[in-house]
Amino acid sequence: MLKRFWPWFWFLVGAAYFLVPLYATFDFSLRARRGELSFAAYTSVLNDVRFVESFMFSLQTALATIVISAIVIVPTAYWVQLRLPRLRPVIEFFTLLPFVVPAVVLVFSLARTYSRTPLTDSREGLWVLLVGSYVILSFPYMYRAVDTGLRSINIHDLTEAAQSLGAGWFTILTRVIFPNVYVALLSGAFITFAIVMGEFTIAALLAQPAFGPYMNRLASSKVYEPSALAIISFALTWAAIAAIQWFGQGTQARVAGPR
Amino acid sequence: MRSSTGGSMAFLDIVHVQKSFGTNVAVEDFTLAVEQGEFVSFLGPSGCGKTTTLRMVAGFEKPTSGRIVIDGVDVTDMPPNRRNIGMVFQSYALFPNMTVADNIGFGLRIAHRPAHEIRARVEELLRIIHMQEFGRRYPYQLSGGQQQRVALARALAIQPKLLLLDEPLSALDAKIRASLRQEIRDIQRQLGITTIYVTHDQEEAMALSDRIVVMSRGKIEQIGTPFEVYNFPATRFVASFVGTLNQIEATVVDAAIGLLAVEGQQFRIARPLPYRSGDTVNIAIRPELIALDGQFNSAMNRLSGTVEDVTFLGSIVRVRLRLAANRLSMDIFNNPHLRPPQPGETITVHFAPEACLAPGDDTPRGANAQPLSASAAEAA
Repeated sequence: MLKRFWPWFWFLVGAAYFLVPLYATFDFSLRARRGELSFAAYTSVLNDVRFVESFMFSLQTALATIVISAIVIVPTAYWVQLRLPRLRPVIEFFTLLPFVVPAVVLVFSLARTYSRTPLTDSREGLWVLLVGSYVILSFPYMYRAVDTGLRSINIHDLTEAAQSLGAGWFTILTRVIFPNVYVALLSGAFITFAIVMGEFTIAALLAQPAFGPYMNRLASSKVYEPSALAIISFALTWAAIAAIQWFGQGTQARVAGPR
Repeated sequence: MRSSTGGSMAFLDIVHVQKSFGTNVAVEDFTLAVEQGEFVSFLGPSGCGKTTTLRMVAGFEKPTSGRIVIDGVDVTDMPPNRRNIGMVFQSYALFPNMTVADNIGFGLRIAHRPAHEIRARVEELLRIIHMQEFGRRYPYQLSGGQQQRVALARALAIQPKLLLLDEPLSALDAKIRASLRQEIRDIQRQLGITTIYVTHDQEEAMALSDRIVVMSRGKIEQIGTPFEVYNFPATRFVASFVGTLNQIEATVVDAAIGLLAVEGQQFRIARPLPYRSGDTVNIAIRPELIALDGQFNSAMNRLSGTVEDVTFLGSIVRVRLRLAANRLSMDIFNNPHLRPPQPGETITVHFAPEACLAPGDDTPRGANAQPLSASAAEAA
């Protein structure tokens, strides 16, 4: 009896830690009108054109980050496992750098390095720099996820089997490796997506109209709307993650199971 | 063009191939000529270089020196995806994201064959491997034996010049191994495809092969038909690796007539020995060449010993005798109407002088394998 009690107890404590603030925020967001519960704060946020713009901007940035990360990380992790296993610790170290280099340092270094280039003197250039920074931030999550995914399949034999059937490197990567690390890639993509959607420092310092700086501005000028925005962004982020998971479901079912 | 053996060009010619990894020589001076449609097995213990040689033929490893010629074309420097070689792996290596049909048709899609041709070829191969109803399944929905049959079909789909199999049955259980082994041989004969098969299982090699290449420590010990390799081993290694071999430590009594003694019991081998009286030598005898002392004739050697153990192996009963410091195994056919010897019993066994393999030349003899000793040749 006691054996069953403690796991449930700690599960409920953990759940309460996350759910109580969420509920409190939701409850507060409904009290924009004195003496009644209403969605007035939500209406105000959704009617704000800057909300839609900043959310769409961050959504596009997150998707671009995920695509570029995948294109960089998958071939790198694949080649390191296949041909350069001794380099693995070195590559792992590099992918961990975003944990030790603060975002402020990263963005100033990038701005200084690329100053007086098209990357810093145009809006599009700054967006490219922003995506580049996010790709670096995504390295620890994406590399680890893909590396683990690659380890779960026998890439040596799969590569050689494909080669013996006439496939070149591009075909092997696109038809054999990518589809088989798709699920692992998705798990890295979820984290990257969540990070990019809420990221503030880099977007603000590069003066980009992203969702993070918008939320910050709103919090300093309104009372109930920031809470409504927090709930909306929470729901939208989870909806986006659910959508990504839904797209990857077919692959997950095929790759899973005994081999 | 001449083949590696000096005759007319063989279908696959491996000529003086060597492979080193740093200072470690994995394959040394490997020369082999394989005829079209032939089934050749590379047999040897782990680390003997058999898989490395196969991988060099496939193009996954580049020889340090020597050359590989397939159907008259030197492929030594050709990448694996341009060699048109089908390969079957121990781990099956089926693409997990593709159905059975997609796996089989993969090579044909890479070659941009028309869709109707791919469909027809896939159906044909599914029929050959008796898996017509499995085309839409994924690899994880198949048993190990089924997966390996799909891997074989996938390798055959591209109509390769050469089929390479790298220990394809090692991961399967004994019953499936035996049936799949026969299936591989039947399909190979049906299609007439030149095949190289790597295995450490001598029974598998003997059951499947037209010829066996026995390897040890990167070198060829012997090349021959299963009959030759088993009955006339070229070296002591081949004799001990292929089949079971008894080793008897005996004392030379009269080297000129091949007379020896063990524990005071004298026996003879069929050739003079290059030793002096009193020297100790190791004599080898196959268990199936020793018989119980029923049909004794004076030309036979006789030895007496104590039965230590009796193992029932179905059609065969293996009896282990103790002769002083030596142990001697003998195989007798199981006969339910005859009582087998019992442990502790003293029995007499007999064997022909020609059945004894004496120490001889242990240098590899390659394609022109000669018997380990004259006595073995005479026994045939």
